[in-house]
Amino acid sequence: MNPYLTRRGALGLGAGAGTAILLSACGDSGPNEKVTGGGPNAAPAATAYTGPNVSLAFWNGFTGGDGAFMKTLIDQFNTEHQNIKVSMNVYQWADYYQKVPAAVSSGNGPDLGIMHVDSVATNAARGVILPLDDLAASLSLTEDDFSPPVWQAGVYNQKRYGIPLDVHPLGLFYNKTVMEKAGLDPEKPPATADEYLTALDKLKSAGVQGSWATPFQFTGSMWFHSLLWQFGGDLFDAGAQKATFAQDPGVQALTWYTDLVRKGYSPRNVAQDADLVALRNGKNALNWNGIWTINTLSEDKNLQWGAAPVPQIGTQKAVWAGSHQFVQFKQRSQDDNKLTAGKVFINWISQKSLEWAKGGQVPARKDVRESAEFKALPAQAALAQQIDYVHYPPSVPGIGDALNTVVTAVNESVLLRKEPAKALSDAAAKADQILEQNRKKYGG
Amino acid sequence: MTILQERTQAADETANPPMRRNASITPYLFLVPYFVLFAGFMLLPAIYGLWISLHDWDYLLPGKPFVGLDNYQALFDPASAVFDFFWQSMQATGIFTVASVPLLLVVPLAVALLINRKFPGRTFFRAVYFAPYVLGVAVIGVLWRFLLDPNLGAVNAVLGTTTPWTTDLPWAWISLVGVTVWWTLGFNAVIYLAGLQDIPRELYEAARIDGGGKWAEFRHVTLPGLRPVLLFVVINTVLNSANMFGQAYLITQGAPGVETRTAIMYIAQTGLRDFKMGSAAAMSYLLTIALLLISLIIFRLFRTKD
Repeated sequence: MNPYLTRRGALGLGAGAGTAILLSACGDSGPNEKVTGGGPNAAPAATAYTGPNVSLAFWNGFTGGDGAFMKTLIDQFNTEHQNIKVSMNVYQWADYYQKVPAAVSSGNGPDLGIMHVDSVATNAARGVILPLDDLAASLSLTEDDFSPPVWQAGVYNQKRYGIPLDVHPLGLFYNKTVMEKAGLDPEKPPATADEYLTALDKLKSAGVQGSWATPFQFTGSMWFHSLLWQFGGDLFDAGAQKATFAQDPGVQALTWYTDLVRKGYSPRNVAQDADLVALRNGKNALNWNGIWTINTLSEDKNLQWGAAPVPQIGTQKAVWAGSHQFVQFKQRSQDDNKLTAGKVFINWISQKSLEWAKGGQVPARKDVRESAEFKALPAQAALAQQIDYVHYPPSVPGIGDALNTVVTAVNESVLLRKEPAKALSDAAAKADQILEQNRKKYGG
Repeated sequence: MTILQERTQAADETANPPMRRNASITPYLFLVPYFVLFAGFMLLPAIYGLWISLHDWDYLLPGKPFVGLDNYQALFDPASAVFDFFWQSMQATGIFTVASVPLLLVVPLAVALLINRKFPGRTFFRAVYFAPYVLGVAVIGVLWRFLLDPNLGAVNAVLGTTTPWTTDLPWAWISLVGVTVWWTLGFNAVIYLAGLQDIPRELYEAARIDGGGKWAEFRHVTLPGLRPVLLFVVINTVLNSANMFGQAYLITQGAPGVETRTAIMYIAQTGLRDFKMGSAAAMSYLLTIALLLISLIIFRLFRTKD
C-alpha cells in the first residue's frame, strides 16, 4: 500500500467517472441526449400524488448544521405522504458535484437534489438536470414571489432548471464583547466605509486586529465579489464574453481588501476559517462570512454576537450570495410517477421554507420572508435586508471554472505576493481563455 | 557407446513426446488469470486514456470532438489556458520531490540502523516509527492542518511564533515535506530493516578483523549490501513523491496562490472539477513519460555502479 495517493489512486478518484464512461459508451445515448420539454409555456405539474408507492433518492451537500433541519422536514413530509418515501444522502459539496454527474451518467443517479445557483447552468448544459417550468407553473411561482436576482438565477437558455429554496448571502458577523472593550457600541455595527475604518482604528488602539482578511475562497473571494459590485464593477460583461473584474472597480475592491492586511487591521497569512475561529475566541471583531455562520455561532452559548448587512464600502449597496436550488435529475429511463412525486416534494418543501430558514438561511419566497415568524429570527432577518441587492455569477455553463481564477487572484493579493492590479489582470487573462474554451465546449 | 545411445534415444522417444506437448502451453494457462486482470484493469484503461487524451472529452456531453494532439500541444503553448497552470504544478511537484526524497532516503536509513541493534524496547520503537504510516492521508492532512494553522495552531502556540506554516513560502513546503517524512519514514525504515537483516554477519566480522571502523563498515559492507533494496526504495519514493496530492490538497489547499498545487492535484481539478478530461488525460501521460524517464535514469545510475 502506497503512503500517498498515487496516480493510480488519483485515477481511482475518477473510477466512478470511468465506469460511467464505459457504461455510457456501451449503452444507448440516453443520459446524453439533449434535454427536451420545459420552457415558459409548460403545462402546470400536479400538486398531489395519487399513484403507486415510490421511493425518491434525495442527494445534497448539507453537511453542516443545516442538514438536521432538512432531515426533520423530510421526516415530516414522509409522515404526511404515505405513498412517497424520500431518503436523504449527504455529501461534501465538492464531492457532490463530482459524484452526481457520474451517477446520472451511469444510470444510478438520485431523483432529487440541491444545486448551488452557480452550478445550475453547467449541469443543465451537460444534461444532468431537467427543466422545471411545469413545477414553477403549478406552484404559481412568478418573479413577484422572489427578489429578481433569485428568480432569474435558475434559468438557462430560457428554461428554468432550479426552484429556489433559499438565499444565503454574506453578512457582517460581529463580536459584541470585543467591540464593547474597544469602546464601540455593540448594538451599532458599522454600516459605511467611514464607520468601518473608524471602528477598526479604535479596535487597533485597543490591541485588536478587528477585521481578519482571509485569502481563501471562503469567504475572501466572496468578500471581494461584494466589494467589486459595491464599487460599480462586475465579474464579466453581458453574456460573459470577457472578464471585467480586473477593471478599476475590481482594483479598488481588492486594494481595499488587501489594505486590511497592510494597515494592520488583519493579521497576515490568515488560514482557512481562522477568521471565524478568532471571532469566537475574542481575537477578531468584524467578520464578513456566509449566513451559514449562524449555526456555528449559535452553538456557543457564551458568545455575544450579532449579525448585520455587510457595510457599504463602495458607491452602492451590493453583496455576494448563493442560493440552494431544487433540481430533478435526468434518469436513464424516465419514471413519470417518480417525476410527479418529486415535484410534489419540492412544492411542499418550498412552502415550508420558514422551517428551513431556522436552519440558518434566508427563504427565497417573499411571503415567507415578510412573515412575522421569520422576522422573529433576528440574525436571518438582519441578513435578509440585503435580498434586493444580492448578486450571483451569470447563468453560463462552466462559469465556475473562470471564477476559480478570481479565487487565485484574491489569494495572491491578500497574502501580499502580488499587487492587486497585477493579480487581477493575470486572472482576467486566464479567465478569458477559459471562457473561450467553454464557449466551444458548451456551444454558448 | 552405440548401444548406450540407442537405449537413451528409445527412452526419450517413449517418455518425452507427451510431456513436451503439455509443457508448451501450461505456463500460459497459469498466467491467464493474471493477464486478464492486468489487461482489464491496467492495459485497457491506459489505452482508453490515450484515446480520451485525443479528444475534447466531457463524458456527459454528446459531442466529444476529436482534436488529435491539441491537448498535448496546449501544454507546450504559452498562450493556451492550461500552459501556465500545468507547468506551475509540475514545478510544485518537482520542488516537493527534490525536497522530500533525500530526507526519505536518509532519515529512514538512520532509524533502521538504530533499530537494527539489540536493545530493550526495540519492538516498541519499531512500532512507534511505523505507526503514522498506518493512518490514511485524510487523517494526516486534517490533523496537521490544525496543528500547523498559522493563527491558531498548536505548533505556533508551543513555539511562541507566528510562522505561516500553511500560507507562505518556504514554510508551506517545509510543512508538507515535514509531514510527509513523519508520516511515511516508517515504511522505508521497515524496507531497510529487511535489507539489513539480509546482509551476512560474516562480512561485518571480516571487516572488523581487517581493522575497519564503523564508518568503513557502513561504507563498504552496509551500503553495498543494501544496494538492491536501495534501488527499490529510491524509485518507490521518487514515484510516490511525484504523485503527492492529499497533503497539499488538505493542508495548504495549493496555497499560497497555486504554489503548492502539485501536478496530480491540478490534473484532478481539470478532469473531475472542470470536466476537461481530455486535457487532464494528456497531462497524466506527460507526467507518466517524465516519471518513466526519471526511473530509467535511476536504473542506469544503479547499474553503472555495478
